[in-house]
Amino acid sequence: MLEIKNLYAGIDGKTILKGINLNVKKGEIHAIMGPNGSGKSTLAKVLAGHPQYEVTSGEILYEGRNLLEMSPDERAREGVFMAFQYPIEVPGVSNAQFLRLAYNEKRKHLGEEELDPLEFRDLLKERAKVVEMEASFMTRSVNEGFSGGEKKRNEILQMAVLEPKLSVLDETDSGLDIDALRVVANGVNQLHTPNDAIIVVTHYQRLLNYIVPDFVHVLANGVIAREGGKELALELESKGYDWITKADQNGKGAGAPAN
Amino acid sequence: MSTAELLSKQEYKYGFVTDIESDVIPRGLSEDTIRLIVEKKNEPEWMLEFRLKAYRHWLTMKEPKHWPNLKYPNVDYQDMIYYSAPKQKATKASLDEVDPELLRTFEKLGIPLTEQKQLAGVAVDAVFDSVSVATTYKEKLKKHGVIFCSFTEAIRDYPELVKKYLGSVVPTNDNFFAALNSAVFSDGSFCFIPKGVRCPMELSTYFRINNAESGQFERTLIVAEEGSHVSYLEGCTAPKFDKNQLHAAVVELVALDDAQIKYSTVQNWYAGDEEGRGGIYNFVTKRGKCAGKNSKISWTQVETGSAITWKYPSCILQGDNSIGEFYSVALTNHAQQADTGTKMIHLGKNTRSTIISKGIAAGKSNNSYRGLVKVMPKAEGARNYTQCDSMLIGSSCGANTFPYIEVMNNTSSVEHEASTSKISEEQLFYLQQRGISQEDAVSLIINGFCKDVFLQLPMEFAVEAQRLLGLKLEGSVG
Repeated sequence: MLEIKNLYAGIDGKTILKGINLNVKKGEIHAIMGPNGSGKSTLAKVLAGHPQYEVTSGEILYEGRNLLEMSPDERAREGVFMAFQYPIEVPGVSNAQFLRLAYNEKRKHLGEEELDPLEFRDLLKERAKVVEMEASFMTRSVNEGFSGGEKKRNEILQMAVLEPKLSVLDETDSGLDIDALRVVANGVNQLHTPNDAIIVVTHYQRLLNYIVPDFVHVLANGVIAREGGKELALELESKGYDWITKADQNGKGAGAPAN
Repeated sequence: MSTAELLSKQEYKYGFVTDIESDVIPRGLSEDTIRLIVEKKNEPEWMLEFRLKAYRHWLTMKEPKHWPNLKYPNVDYQDMIYYSAPKQKATKASLDEVDPELLRTFEKLGIPLTEQKQLAGVAVDAVFDSVSVATTYKEKLKKHGVIFCSFTEAIRDYPELVKKYLGSVVPTNDNFFAALNSAVFSDGSFCFIPKGVRCPMELSTYFRINNAESGQFERTLIVAEEGSHVSYLEGCTAPKFDKNQLHAAVVELVALDDAQIKYSTVQNWYAGDEEGRGGIYNFVTKRGKCAGKNSKISWTQVETGSAITWKYPSCILQGDNSIGEFYSVALTNHAQQADTGTKMIHLGKNTRSTIISKGIAAGKSNNSYRGLVKVMPKAEGARNYTQCDSMLIGSSCGANTFPYIEVMNNTSSVEHEASTSKISEEQLFYLQQRGISQEDAVSLIINGFCKDVFLQLPMEFAVEAQRLLGLKLEGSVG
């Protein structure tokens, strides 16, 4: 579904990702871990097409197509979704209005009939159960005055409505207490099917207790320094990131890609 | 195609010219011009006096060019045509006698006038250049005692009412443009809602400037007697010309005890091109007087067109417990300039006013809010709440807020809030990441920003206003 080949990218002329290779197949859950500044969020934003990030070389193929040639909205309509680390507020626009517009854009793109507000309301009510959100959230302005946990739940609600093929969760666990974390993780697990793939970007292993990855990739200084199964996350939890980053800086290539 | 290119290709869809034979008087302005207009319109002596008095005042006045935050070349008032009317029978027994070319023009503008096609629930007075060409639902309204007709007919058929209220809110010497209008106004709409009547439908006037060289000077007078209610809509468009055209209107509203007037405008004059060539100079005086106790006047405006906007719909809160409201969205793009806002003059006890102003500036435009809240000594317990928000799109535009507050007693409360924001790249990216195109994302953000104002508009107008803002801003980001 997703093939990243030797990707170099950065922001403001500074290179952050220095040769990333990653393959994600349908049905898989991948965790991207790493210390602050390792390039995790950059990778997420490059996948979503954030205009400030520039890809200097390498390739990203999404379902065999060149993802980098697609605008952010095109990517979204094709099924790429990013849950934001810091969801943005849109004053005066209700959650329901925003979600219906986004949902209908996708339907239009797929050549399907758009839903009217009443039909959409029913769909939204159903999907909101995934993240245990009350109806009152739908009439409030997008993310305005939401608590940190509510914002993150709202991101997963959007995922539930848009039914993406590839979801990138950018530090979705940051700022969540344990109950909210469980709700969000349960939501993601309910939405995951053999037909979609999820990339979980996180600093901590905690979230991975709930969303169990098939593969773990550890980023350090813009490259994938280690790869493994879910045990790798546990190892990091006990040892921290130092042993990887140091090994990497010593040029030992401690985590040469296993595939 | 870049978004900037998209924008430059954006057509103003009302920019067409109607080819119609018109009765045009020679350009220039003098007492003779006024006598000629009076003669053309077959007006009584008192109207001539009203006009001449205004004209003589006007001669002593200076155009207000120093205080508004507007820059434009001097207008040559002698190089303008003050009366241009499509040739047709002066009085129309029915709509069937209206020139089909005019009917087609209004139909093209989305305002069908013929009996079969008339808009449901809205009575329309259609003004073309200097004259009203048709008014729909007149008879139906008359059954309820509501008078809705062209100003020309009002002077002829209801002279006592006109004499009583004309100039009672905006005196002939009020300001330069109001004096000019009082001297030469050629037509407009007159509405009278008698005591205790709730007007059974929305009333509206649609203004169309067609002639390239004529100014449009129309007059609207709405009188709501005790306990009556009326909702009035105003729409306007003009063809695209390279030259600027002057629109100097006066609107007067009078609300007696317990009466309510809601006045909504969606202004879409031609705004000129990207370089600022052409477009309407919109110098308008709109004022309402809450003359009676518990009366209410509410202005809602969505200003999107015009090269220059100079406009301050105001309320004089004379009656005790009367309420004045001003909800405004002013959008400027390219080289447009707007200096707009309101005046709330509190005279009566416990009078209340609310001002919600949303200014949106894009391109190289300049957008200023100017508002006065004045609380007089006898207006005990008066309250005002003002909120002025500006949004900037791009970095070449400007937004300003000029609030003036004068309070002359110590039992009143006046609140003022202001904010300036920009559409952020992060906001756009967020919406785009959900599959919404950049253009739609801008519209969505702007509509959210303007929500408090749009909520005040009648349903169909609100839809139109949202669509219009999206259209006007297309391509201004990116």
